[in-house]
Amino acid sequence: MERAIIMAAAALGAGIAMIAGIGPGIGEGYAVGKALEAIGRQPECKGQVTSTLILGCAMAETTGIYALIIALLLMFVAPGVFIGNL
Amino acid sequence: MDISINGARILFIIPIFGGITVTETQVNSVLVLILVFALCKFLTHDMRVRDISKRQIIAEYIVTKVQSLVEANMGGKFMNFTPFIITILAASVFSSFISLIGLYPPTADLNTLIGWSLAVFVLITAQKMKTGFFRYLRGFTRPYAVLTPFNIISEVSTPVSMAFRHFGNTTSGVVISTMLYAALAVLSNLLLGWLPGALGSIPLLQVGLPAVFSIYFDLFSGCLQAFLFAMLTMLYIATADPTAEQ
Repeated sequence: MERAIIMAAAALGAGIAMIAGIGPGIGEGYAVGKALEAIGRQPECKGQVTSTLILGCAMAETTGIYALIIALLLMFVAPGVFIGNL
Repeated sequence: MDISINGARILFIIPIFGGITVTETQVNSVLVLILVFALCKFLTHDMRVRDISKRQIIAEYIVTKVQSLVEANMGGKFMNFTPFIITILAASVFSSFISLIGLYPPTADLNTLIGWSLAVFVLITAQKMKTGFFRYLRGFTRPYAVLTPFNIISEVSTPVSMAFRHFGNTTSGVVISTMLYAALAVLSNLLLGWLPGALGSIPLLQVGLPAVFSIYFDLFSGCLQAFLFAMLTMLYIATADPTAEQ
């Protein structure tokens, strides 16, 4: 019974942790939209805008990646640790 | 039906110092190093000044591209970092590419990336200490002494976030590919299970579609993450230079 509760809680926690994916999604979408505006205004700057955009997107993605790490830990590491402690 | 998503398997244990475990990560990293070395050997073989061969053109193209990238992002002062940047790029790209032939990519192991980002951290700190050790320590109390803990946290979070970013992207690719593969097996069992004999037990839907996703997760994402890691390395090292601001 405890095992089932631990597994369920870990799976739920992983799902809840991934709600953080909303943030980078909105942020990156906004950044891409702004980059498209910039390219539309100055098409000759396309290369520079694109490389800066990719770099910025990677930065914005960091919080999402942290959430992913937490979710992976909850799914693959936490059940083993907690069940081992029973 | 069982899905297993594992880390690197332990291949063998060297029985000295209480047993050193050698996992797939180490073996595949060495494989990547051999591949890169062989490619460099092949590309730079028989270099000439006149009537150059095709591979010399490729080698020169790669070197000029990375040199111009370094010059654009770090400035001409840091041109001696070009070999380091191109090493990181090649190691990361080839690590992602060997997952195309079904091998475990070393970049899906956090240890590899922590190692790389620690190397970058050492370079950043060396840059910051160029004007003296005490000046480096005093830099933590800027702009106010109250902010020292936050400065230390932001200093530590640089290599951590670099390692986690690359690791998270590669590992999410591995996990999604595995889950997609398993889901396609179930789906094909549901749709085509009524076919007679052995035909029904072959997961026909697993043909083709995983390759499309592999192009994104292995080729595109691998190249992108390699580029990002190199780019962030360049930017962090270039901005760490204390003499640049004056």
